[in-house]
Amino acid sequence: MSGALAIAGEALVALAILVGSFFLLVGSFGLLRLPTFVQRLHAPTKATTLGVGGILIASMLYFLFTTGRLSVHELLITLFLFLTAPVSAYMLAKAYLFHRRAERELPPSGRPVGWATFDPAASRDDPDEALRPR
Amino acid sequence: MLARLFPHPLLSCLIAVVWVLLVNGPSPGSVLMGLVLGLILPWLTRPFWPERPRLRAPLTILEYVCIVLFDICVANLQVAYLVLFRRPEALRSRFVVVPLDTRVPEAIVTLAGTITMTPGTVSCDVSADGRALLVHALDAADPEELVATIKRRYERRLLEIFG
Repeated sequence: MSGALAIAGEALVALAILVGSFFLLVGSFGLLRLPTFVQRLHAPTKATTLGVGGILIASMLYFLFTTGRLSVHELLITLFLFLTAPVSAYMLAKAYLFHRRAERELPPSGRPVGWATFDPAASRDDPDEALRPR
Repeated sequence: MLARLFPHPLLSCLIAVVWVLLVNGPSPGSVLMGLVLGLILPWLTRPFWPERPRLRAPLTILEYVCIVLFDICVANLQVAYLVLFRRPEALRSRFVVVPLDTRVPEAIVTLAGTITMTPGTVSCDVSADGRALLVHALDAADPEELVATIKRRYERRLLEIFG
């Protein structure tokens, strides 16, 4: 690759890494700064999106420039993150609510039944039963 | 016969594509291996997927993915601003309730995941009958407006996709 193009490519990669690490830093900073657990829960879901996204774009660009081949592993990492991050955040939130016995701090569900963490109707043998129309 | 061999054709295709991406590039061997896996895995995990979710409106799926990616970028900037420049005591954090119109479990899971991935909101619980989501918002000045946005922007399209 010619000199000027290589420098431009490296600048692009560096920019993507900087953007990604900025958002990762902000995510960690939020984790440190926010006072309550549910607020802190917002931080990791942030870091996995634009932060990791920036690093992955940098990685794709780097391999595109150095080997000339498009690397697609990064897309898979994004896909797996998008599948796993909401589930782990959901489990953390549920564990927190259960541990705090926080039912009275929550707004009413607006339904004849309560929230699934507290309502015994949701913990029957058949987990799908609660979802079927009655 | 065909339905017994391929209980979930979409899942089979997805597994094959993911396999080819995992080995970083199509070659005759990787495509064949992907197809074999796409055949075997849905068949082995059949008890976990009693029903086959129907996907409609493929264009809406594309539109949905683009909207969510765009929202993630915008909302990341908003949350970065909140974390850096707003005092934590001044954040108007609260729980909001999103009543659900859709009854399809796959649509509810997608909506809950979308709400969590768009920063500023995390879905925390579902009502025991699966008809309302408990969402925590980091900074919501107007909870009703937030709920209306979630329903208008995401749930309406998921209703079109999953029926």
